Amino acid sequence: MDLLEFAKGPALQVAAYILVAGSIWRLVGILLLKEKPDFSEPRQSGGLLAALKVIYTRSFTASPFKRATLYPKMMAYVMHLGLFAVVFLFVPHIMFFEGFLGFEWPGLPNSVIFFLGVAAVVSGIALLVRRITNPVLRLISNFDDYFSWFVTLFPIVTGLLISVRMGFRYETLLAIHILSVALLMIWLPFGKLGHTFLVFVTRGTTGMVFERRGAKT
Amino acid sequence: MKKRPTVGEILQAKGVSRRGFLKYCATTASILALPPSMIPRIAEAIENARRTSVIWLSFQECTGCTESLTRSASPTVEGLIFDAISLDYHHTLQAAAGEQAEAARHAAMQENDGNYLVLVDGSIPLGNPGFSTIAGISNVDMLKETVAGAAAVVAIGSCAAFGGIPGADPNPTGAVSVMDLVTDKPVINVPGCPPIPMVMTAVLTQFLTFGELPELDALSRPLAFYGQTIHDRCYRRPFYEQGKFAKTFDDEGAKAGWCLYKLGCKGPTTYNACATTKWNNGTSFPIEAGHPCLGCSEPNFWDDGGFYEPLSTGHFDSGEKLAGAAAAGVALGAVAAAAGRRRQAKFMKEG
Repeated sequence: MDLLEFAKGPALQVAAYILVAGSIWRLVGILLLKEKPDFSEPRQSGGLLAALKVIYTRSFTASPFKRATLYPKMMAYVMHLGLFAVVFLFVPHIMFFEGFLGFEWPGLPNSVIFFLGVAAVVSGIALLVRRITNPVLRLISNFDDYFSWFVTLFPIVTGLLISVRMGFRYETLLAIHILSVALLMIWLPFGKLGHTFLVFVTRGTTGMVFERRGAKT
Repeated sequence: MKKRPTVGEILQAKGVSRRGFLKYCATTASILALPPSMIPRIAEAIENARRTSVIWLSFQECTGCTESLTRSASPTVEGLIFDAISLDYHHTLQAAAGEQAEAARHAAMQENDGNYLVLVDGSIPLGNPGFSTIAGISNVDMLKETVAGAAAVVAIGSCAAFGGIPGADPNPTGAVSVMDLVTDKPVINVPGCPPIPMVMTAVLTQFLTFGELPELDALSRPLAFYGQTIHDRCYRRPFYEQGKFAKTFDDEGAKAGWCLYKLGCKGPTTYNACATTKWNNGTSFPIEAGHPCLGCSEPNFWDDGGFYEPLSTGHFDSGEKLAGAAAAGVALGAVAAAAGRRRQAKFMKEG
């Protein structure tokens, strides 16, 4: 078994098991927690609508902070949208998903994906530089932050390397790329990358709680 | 020993013109990535080279490699160059049979000790000596006996180079490649199922010309032919970059000649000269004919996923194991939540 076979087979398979089991563990563990009893009268009826409202409104910065957070917010959007496009709109990736989902969707030309991938990496580096140079951010950062940053950007970098090759063999780079994706899948449920599947759950919960308390959301 | 004629004398006798001969030398220099200044040297060396004795051993094979060579379009200069070697032993092509054939092999080995080439097609079964025998001699014994006095060994085709189809899972005969058994002689792998005729003859030409082996890659394949992937030199590559892929063999994309990646093309991971040298006198190659590359010049190509499965497809087990992982996640989550509830209740009670 060569490296590519290992990456496409056992490595990806074990990573998928861990991703599925870990993500469901985190979600079920949170969703089955007992709600803290709240004996106060609700000021507004918090419901699904309140959750959806906050999910939407928190996607943008509140007016007083717009200026201060413009740069990191912009970088974060570029990184996230770039990552989304690279993962879900690169045609060979769509073929990968089609392999187990059974359906496909339209993709983008490789040149566009390459550009978006580079943009994602550049913005990711910019965010890391900010994290390191900002004293407050540096103080509240831990291993999880740095490792999550690494496992997110590493697959994009290895994917971009496949395009430019740089003297390495395609199958070696492809194997390294798939292994880097496997590493991301394994880490995703356990660290701060858990926000991938928790972001809307937590944001929606916040919305419902705030709505009940009468906060302006 | 009777003095063997030079290759030049043989070509002259066959009616090959000087122009045709030099054209072949120029093409050979080009595909071997040699500078134009080497063309006269190649011509001179080939003309004056004495016929090199070649012993061709066929083991667990389908004769496709020989077919590829002998059926390559009408007589070519490459074909004549191949005629110009002294093919002293070859099951399919030789007239002799039985003891006479074996006597020819032994004679060639004795007369050219240390100087002859051994070409092997087919893999060698180690599971049982009786799985494949020639004149009552097992393949492994014949290989070891023959290569003992050889200058070099050329493994022709993917079976000889990597075990090929006989070595595919579950490998019932315990098939191995030539380089698994021959460790004390230079081994050149010329894989392919079958290899391109021009590649076979060019490797022999280089040996005849310079008396040395070509530069090889990590899998002992001549870099001149196996240095780049099919994908890198494929004329359909622009469609790959544009994200235009044929989805079936008869859709509009297929008719428009779009990339065959989605139909399982292994071009990106296959190192061979098909896209440049092509087949049948440079007429075409599988991708040009509308079929994805199977990756036949790579080790384990037979077992390396489905032929019509895109390269980017993961090899997952059945969904049952994934469902098991999901169930384990639910169980773990329930246990974690229960523990959380207990802590919560204790906290509420104790304040």
